[in-house]
Amino acid sequence: MMKDMIPGFELIQPTSIEGALNLLEEYGENGWALAGGMDSLGWFKNRGKRPEAVIDLEGLDALKGIDETADGIEIGALTTLTEIELNPLIRERFWLLAEAASKVASPQIRNAGTLGGNLCQDTRCWYYRYGVSCYRAGGNTCYAAAPEALNREHAIFGASRCVAVSPSDTATALVALDAEMVVRNSSGERVIKAENFFMEPAVDIMRMTVLDPEDLLIKVRIPNTWTGADFYFEKVSDRGSWDFPLVSVALAIKSTGDRIDDARIVCGAVQCIPRRLRNVEAMIRGQGRDEDTAAQAGAMAIQGAKVLNYNHFKIPLMENLVKRAVRG
Amino acid sequence: MPELLGKDFTPPDIRGKVTGAAKYAEDFRMDGLLYCRLLTSPMPHARVLNIDLSKALGMEGVVDILTADEVPEQPGAATNILTNEPHFVGEPILAVAAVDETIAQNAIEAIKLDFEPLPFCVDPLESLRPGGPNAYLEGNAVVPRQGVQEFKWTAEDFEAAGEGELPMGEPTAEWSYGDLEAGFSEAVFTLDETFVTASNSHHSMEPRTALAYWENGKCHVRGSTQSQSFVVPGLANYIGIEPENVVYVAEYCGGGFGSKGSAYPTMAIPAHMSRKTGRPVLMRISRAEEYFLGSARPGFQGRIKMGFREDGRISAVDLYIVQESGSNGGGGDMGAAASSVSIVYTPLAMRYRGISVLTNTPPRGAQRGPGQNQIAMAVEPLLDKAARQLGIDLVAIRRINAPTNDSRYGANRQPVTSAHLRDALDIGAEQFAWQERRARSGQRDGSKIRAVAVGQAFHSAGSSGYDGLVRITPDGILHIHSGVGNLGTYSYASTSRVAAEVLKYDWDNCEIARGDSSLGLPWNLGQFGSNTSFTMTRTNYAAAMDTLSKLKEIAAMEFGGSAEDYDISGESVFNRSNPSRRMSYARAAQRAIELGGAYSGHTVPDDINPMTARAVAGLVDTGLIGVARDNMGQRGMVPALAVGFIEIELDVETGKVEILDYLGVADCGTVNHPQGLATQIKGGAVMGFGMACTERLIYDNVWGLPGSVGFYQAKPPSYLDVPSEMGWAAVNIADPQNPVGSKGIGEPVMGCSAAALLCAISEALGGHYFNRTPVVIDMIVNAHSGQPQSHTPLQVNTQ
Repeated sequence: MMKDMIPGFELIQPTSIEGALNLLEEYGENGWALAGGMDSLGWFKNRGKRPEAVIDLEGLDALKGIDETADGIEIGALTTLTEIELNPLIRERFWLLAEAASKVASPQIRNAGTLGGNLCQDTRCWYYRYGVSCYRAGGNTCYAAAPEALNREHAIFGASRCVAVSPSDTATALVALDAEMVVRNSSGERVIKAENFFMEPAVDIMRMTVLDPEDLLIKVRIPNTWTGADFYFEKVSDRGSWDFPLVSVALAIKSTGDRIDDARIVCGAVQCIPRRLRNVEAMIRGQGRDEDTAAQAGAMAIQGAKVLNYNHFKIPLMENLVKRAVRG
Repeated sequence: MPELLGKDFTPPDIRGKVTGAAKYAEDFRMDGLLYCRLLTSPMPHARVLNIDLSKALGMEGVVDILTADEVPEQPGAATNILTNEPHFVGEPILAVAAVDETIAQNAIEAIKLDFEPLPFCVDPLESLRPGGPNAYLEGNAVVPRQGVQEFKWTAEDFEAAGEGELPMGEPTAEWSYGDLEAGFSEAVFTLDETFVTASNSHHSMEPRTALAYWENGKCHVRGSTQSQSFVVPGLANYIGIEPENVVYVAEYCGGGFGSKGSAYPTMAIPAHMSRKTGRPVLMRISRAEEYFLGSARPGFQGRIKMGFREDGRISAVDLYIVQESGSNGGGGDMGAAASSVSIVYTPLAMRYRGISVLTNTPPRGAQRGPGQNQIAMAVEPLLDKAARQLGIDLVAIRRINAPTNDSRYGANRQPVTSAHLRDALDIGAEQFAWQERRARSGQRDGSKIRAVAVGQAFHSAGSSGYDGLVRITPDGILHIHSGVGNLGTYSYASTSRVAAEVLKYDWDNCEIARGDSSLGLPWNLGQFGSNTSFTMTRTNYAAAMDTLSKLKEIAAMEFGGSAEDYDISGESVFNRSNPSRRMSYARAAQRAIELGGAYSGHTVPDDINPMTARAVAGLVDTGLIGVARDNMGQRGMVPALAVGFIEIELDVETGKVEILDYLGVADCGTVNHPQGLATQIKGGAVMGFGMACTERLIYDNVWGLPGSVGFYQAKPPSYLDVPSEMGWAAVNIADPQNPVGSKGIGEPVMGCSAAALLCAISEALGGHYFNRTPVVIDMIVNAHSGQPQSHTPLQVNTQ
């Protein structure tokens, strides 16, 4: 039940990454890394999450900004979505990400919200957010998958006890761009493919990403692999602003003439992770980028979808979005 | 020609709103202030068996706890101030006062409550089934004059309805006129359609916060309400004191949309807590709480049979509405909806039946166009369906059924004061280039289909018999005392200008006294029901005319002759035959004080309300007092009528609807404040678009849990969902029963936009009628792809 009243907690504001990592290790499950606060503050206000210590990352300037590297760009995890949306380098090379960032929520939220936060945010399943004791909250049922549940926004793929979906707009774009997540903890650094960064409920039902409590997402690397490709991003939501996707699609595609050389295509809000459509990618490789290929791609995209009571509209919607993306 | 009316001006509360200087209820702070938080019900219906407060009361910073046993219980199906038998999730059970809100909330977590879960219901039709669950232990329906009763239909009633059709058992409300049977026999085309209009929240930007303290036996309350004087008696009742012992401040209201028209139970909690603790108490209501315990528009499960003649004229209507009335019995929406049908379409014969059913969901109350706007959304697309069938233009079928000045309204066949819906349709059709645009309606470009449509709506928009009070002080200033309230439409100001107009005042020399009952405010109707423009122009006119008479009398006493020999100009009163015999208003005000009696408020007319008399008593000898009841009389209902013209583009692949253009046209009598009217038309349109398409109010039927308890879940439309520019126009024909020709308009301008958008969506889909609102993306996608909808036709709480 919503409380709208933030409980007391220890607020710690480290000034170095090392300091932050030490704190995350020290507090473990009882710590909370705070970036823009767009998701965190909602949880705190509802008293749905009650960390002992909140580690505010705002002072970590090293995690902010966009840099060009030898083989691509690096985006600090604390870079705001507005900065990503407006950055000339990203717009020029990876328009897909700029476009996805521009579709997040509202200008105010994009000004405060960070890339790291957008990628690591929790699911928006309304039952879970309401505070029921579901699997994801440590309980022993899924309210949203119940026979009469209202699950219009929920998954049509990959459900495993939990039927929640990934709400992130930037995640789909980054998986399509074959990005890498640079994750650090006090023991060291590891680099994880964006595609492998998000957590399926079958593996761990209580996490949305592979991050452990002591881990911090430091930055996102986008290789130049897809520089110069054509991109397509579309998000369908109930409202034009301040809304999460019902279904979204992100496509990076390279063609010679009208023949498709290579593509990566990812759908959002259909599964608990951004859903990469490898079968579609393989099928369209070598095909013409035309109405027929698009129709085949759409039809293939929805194969294996499994609907709940209120979300079978996602099947034609996903089919249409994939079709539109491939059609261009 | 009027100097002030019909012209734009800067209402005096704008500066404070723009700069942030405006103080809303939660902006007030006082020494020793306590903060109050609510423990609310986690269950849709339960009985509190035991409360253990010991741990909470022992916490540092916790001052006191108020329980249901300490506040007056409300009779019947009403929301209680606090309760030991909550009837919806989020209903307040007790309140904790502490030195800050965090401590109060922590204390709430330390309170141990034992509940006994009770049967609950979130679907009216389920409740009407034999053996169906009741929202109250006493029953499930609010029966007029009998309160809450158990009311069940028979199994045969349900079986008699076809698949997806509304069963129609015994109603609790019914009326009819004309020969229904003959009407249907005359029809060449008859529709019989079942429909659902979902409930939707009010989304008031400012939650219903209140602050209270006691001083010298009076309870001072700062609240968030649309209305001012009208709130006081109800608030006094909730507090348990006489109205004269309430000092009520509500200078600004951050949106109410009907949900803050009158006093509401929670606003009395700080007063009770303050009385108990002896300290001022502020209770801020959070956004989530606003959704839990605020208010919502009642939903309808309905059925309408309409008979059409060949020329499109509606010969008969048979309407049945099952109203979802939440935990408190809702409002009169279903009856208002029926009456609305009787005037917007003027059917030759009509029958209405309805039943209001309690559910364990948030309290229901009036929301902008209560009843009228739901029925506009249900019926207007059906009008298009008939027009398609009969081969009649969409404007033409509305025109032929539109009311005129001779039309009659509702069950009692009341006359109307004026009705110019046809003019509104004509003006709109011309300005919107209807014929030209219709020619491209239905055209497809890729996956996008363009559609052009029209919608209409109505609300009764005016009342009479309230009091006006104005005052000229010896500095020459005209003080217009307005007790109507400040919903945010600026109509408190535009209607006050009538007094200035009558007295030929420079507006810069006028001040409006409002927002604080200690300033001496008259008894006025609340600021709801689109009534202010009609009602308050009359009261201010009455008070100004009284002032004018007194000015002339004072001048006659000074210069000789009779009052009839005098006229006014330049804020002075003069003798017509000898204009040098002139007395300034300032001087006349001073003379009024010297004369005493009625001139300076020592005596008041017998027929004014005691609240107005008390207001005058507090103003005695401060100047020339003009006070009068509006005794101008009123014959018939005052119809506010509105038409919306819309052009959209619907993407059949995504279900997305883009509104390309919108024009709203109002029949609101003489336009008093053009900018205010434009804002109403456009703002109402935005709200209508939300009600038609984006908003959600969902409930899990198994657990009785609400799923739309934040702006992002309830989804009122955003700035990207509406056109950046919209058009407006007005018929601008004076209503003969208002001294300045005004009628209200605030409500139908929402219903007509919602109706127009729904009609356009159906048009774009080639005549697919959903018979259900809101029409959300999944419904459009399913419809276009030939899939069944997720919901059954009569299901509720799914959108």
